[in-house]
Parts: sequence; structure tokens; C-alpha cells
Amino acid sequence: MKRIQVLGAGCPKCKKLAENAEAAAKALGIEYELVKVTNIAEIMKFGVMMTPALAVDGVVKVAGKVPSVDEVKPLLS
Amino acid sequence: MAKERSCCCSTETKTILACSGASNVGQITNEVAKKLDEAGEANFFCLAGVGGHVSGMIESAKGADKVVVLDGCPVACAKKTMDAAGIAGYEYLVVTELGIEKKHDFSLAPADVEQTRTAVRTKLGLPVCCG
Repeated sequence: MKRIQVLGAGCPKCKKLAENAEAAAKALGIEYELVKVTNIAEIMKFGVMMTPALAVDGVVKVAGKVPSVDEVKPLLS
Repeated sequence: MAKERSCCCSTETKTILACSGASNVGQITNEVAKKLDEAGEANFFCLAGVGGHVSGMIESAKGADKVVVLDGCPVACAKKTMDAAGIAGYEYLVVTELGIEKKHDFSLAPADVEQTRTAVRTKLGLPVCCG
């Protein structure tokens, strides 16, 4: 199972990233768990200096951007 | 008190990575990056995090709108670290190319720091007239 983490305090861009990540995971038909990490101290532990960010299985794949559904797909596979 | 990091709603993100090396010019890069961060003009990122393959650091550097990489001398450790991490498209500045001589001490001349700061602000696209 993929652990998808959306890092961000909860602003509209963070929510959009979570939506896109979920849509990409569903389109790929993978088993996943989506976790929203909103605590700044927890976000900083990833070394992320800009949000929103997307981590997959603990590895940050993108930061400071909102990738589209199609852009997220290869990050999950 | 620690500066509060903004979330994702800021406009253009400006980022500085400095070699912070063990010489006067290396420490000038660190001092300038620190001053610009403290002034809220740019975000000072950890080059060590990039070198250590911390994914969050690497992706944050890739996600910034503008990145300036500072090396103290032509050994170019910061540039090589960025290149090894696959981060491209950054502005680049070497302190010794400004005419500041490299010495193996940490006595930073305020004029050298200011000269470097001005050059970095230009690279960042910031006005150079307001401090």
C-alpha cells in the first residue's frame, strides 16, 4: 500500500494537491492511504521549506507546486 | 524567535543556497544568505540537506521560483552539490569573482559583505537602493 502524504497547513493549494493525489491514485487503481500533514513542525521534519508538498512512502516528490493529476501519476508508480 | 514560514500562498519564492565554507569568502556567503533571510527578502536553504539527498530539501529547491547559489571561491562546492542533485536553472555567484580575496580566516570585512549582498540582491531581481 502506498502512503501518500500531503504536506501543508490546509490552504486551497494544499487541498487541491490532496484532491489531485487522490484522483491519481484512484485512476491508477492502487491501494493507498492519504494522510494530510498540517502540523508545521511535522512538515519541517521532511526538510520541506515550501508547501504544499507531496510525499510518497516518506520521500518528498514535489514541493511548492500543485502538480496536475497526470503529473502526480508517475510519482505514485 | 524563529521566523514563521509561510504556507503556499506566497507569490514568488526566492531561495539562496550558500557554500558556507571554511574561509572568509565562504563565511561571506553564509552571512549574506543569513541577512537576506532575516530581512525577509529570500529564504536561506540548507545546502547540506541537498548534499545529503534530503528529498524535501531537493524538491523545495526545485520548486522555488528563483534560486541563487553562492560559492565563496572557484572550487565551486555549492554548484557541484546542486549539479549532483540534478537541480538546474539557478543563478550563480562566486565571491572571489567580485574581487574579494580568499583567506583562511573568518575576519569578514563589512564592506565585502555589503558588496556581495548587493550583487546577490541584483541576481534575485531585488532593488539595490533600499538596503
